[in-house]
Amino acid sequence: MNFWADPIKIIYDWLMLTLTSWGLDGAVANIIADLLGIVLLITAAMVLDIMLVWVERKVVARFQGRLGPNRIGPFGLFQPFPDIIKLIIKEDITPNGADVVVYNIAPILSLGSVIFLWAVVPLASTIYGTDLNVALLYLVAAGALGTLSIIMAGWASNNKYALLGAFRQVAAMISFEIPMVVALLIPTIIAGSLSLKDITASQSGGMWFFLFSPLGAVLFLISAIAELGRSPFDLNEGESEIVSGYHIEYTGMKFGLFYAGELLHAFTFGGFAAVLFFGGWHGPWASQYPLLGAFYFIAKAMFGYWVIMWVKYTVPRIRIDHMLAFNWKFLTPVAFALLIITAVAHSLLKGAGFWPYFLGMFFSNVLLGWVTLEILRATTHKQRLAVETPNPVAHH
Amino acid sequence: MDASQVIFILSAALIIASALMVVSTRNLIHAALWLIATLFGVAILYAVLEAGFLAVVQVVVYIGAIAIMFIFAVMLTRKEMRDQGPQVNSTWPLSAILSLLTFGGLFVILSKWDGLWKLPQAIPDGSQDTLTRLGVALTSPEAFVLPFEVASVLLLAALIGSVYVAMNKK
Repeated sequence: MNFWADPIKIIYDWLMLTLTSWGLDGAVANIIADLLGIVLLITAAMVLDIMLVWVERKVVARFQGRLGPNRIGPFGLFQPFPDIIKLIIKEDITPNGADVVVYNIAPILSLGSVIFLWAVVPLASTIYGTDLNVALLYLVAAGALGTLSIIMAGWASNNKYALLGAFRQVAAMISFEIPMVVALLIPTIIAGSLSLKDITASQSGGMWFFLFSPLGAVLFLISAIAELGRSPFDLNEGESEIVSGYHIEYTGMKFGLFYAGELLHAFTFGGFAAVLFFGGWHGPWASQYPLLGAFYFIAKAMFGYWVIMWVKYTVPRIRIDHMLAFNWKFLTPVAFALLIITAVAHSLLKGAGFWPYFLGMFFSNVLLGWVTLEILRATTHKQRLAVETPNPVAHH
Repeated sequence: MDASQVIFILSAALIIASALMVVSTRNLIHAALWLIATLFGVAILYAVLEAGFLAVVQVVVYIGAIAIMFIFAVMLTRKEMRDQGPQVNSTWPLSAILSLLTFGGLFVILSKWDGLWKLPQAIPDGSQDTLTRLGVALTSPEAFVLPFEVASVLLLAALIGSVYVAMNKK
């Protein structure tokens, strides 16, 4: 078998052969090979994470008309390493009255909840952690653990700003989970599976789900940004109000874990957007050469990450009542309407061939988007009229 | 002893130890966090039994929604997080005897069942996976579509009722 066709399988077989030739039992050798695979995947994600620090700083600098890191290494590429050394040698402070055990578990759980996600990410046709048939629910479950880590950090710090930040973040995460789950159901309906591998496989030949359901992709992007707690939904940090929210008391590498978790989380959601709506690893010659597929996947995930950064550094933070009203009065109803329309269109056009199915899906999305915009226009017009009309006698 | 038995023993120990901590710790937030550890242990058991859907739903529903709601309620309503009162009341010997008897009775009944000492059977590689079968069963008229819809109506009634109770009447 050609090495480039399935590198992971060949390395795995070679490893198993080596281990069993050393006299190890087959089951034990299996466990060791699997553990090595897990360590390799986590290490790859963490090394990528180090470089994301550079990417993030460079991109924010460009948005703000600066140069960004440019002193250490070519294009400032080695800037993350001094940053890490600085974080490691900083004094580790535990605040008075902190709940020490919970305080120390929270940053680990925060990064861990992101690393969990990498277990189901299909990097290429043959390179993935595991093919779970409930992968999309698993994504939501890992998000729940992330929420938990934020509550733990906010409560254990014994600081009112930290607690307020945690409350805000949890309010945002619990509310935006609903449009998020509904947006996840759109590719599920089209592909007929919750497994990320099957969802990717059914987007072969350039039939990206973004083309079938552009509105679903936009809904997923908005709710992902809220789930990440990034601007315009970064009330959990709110530097001008609560200093930096739930991680205000953390110093050194414990803060570093929260920061690394946030960056990797954003990149991972870029990857999920790629898998769910932009064809995952699919691209020219990707099915023959899985490593090329992994490259396409990383490139698409990077693009998703860039869009999230683009939003973060150009849109100002919104108020908490606006954020909750935006979710409950706008995003959730639109998401449910889209779900109903997609489900009905899918069951009506399932057997009708490719073009009727594609056009039906696409135009039902366009129709829903148009109706939503008209309703929004009418509502804002009414609100503006109510403000503009002179009202000499104040009621109440 | 194979790997699944090792995992079972470890997760069972986690469940029992953390469940003991839930009822014995004096700090209410710690009790809620230990409860999360217990629920996570149950999710591991489901995963070992190849019930992936149940395992993930256990985490989403019990940890992601219910336990976080517990923590929120405790944080927002209690001023003092530490419970100062006595941890047992005067009937504890009676309760201990009753629970021991229940455990003994269950053990005697279950020990007569030959499935107790067997390993769980592997799920046969059928044409459909368990998730698809569950989905079909929940929406098929021959299976559980009526209970499923009745439960939905019940939840909807609870939702509308709570909105009505909480509504600010002018």
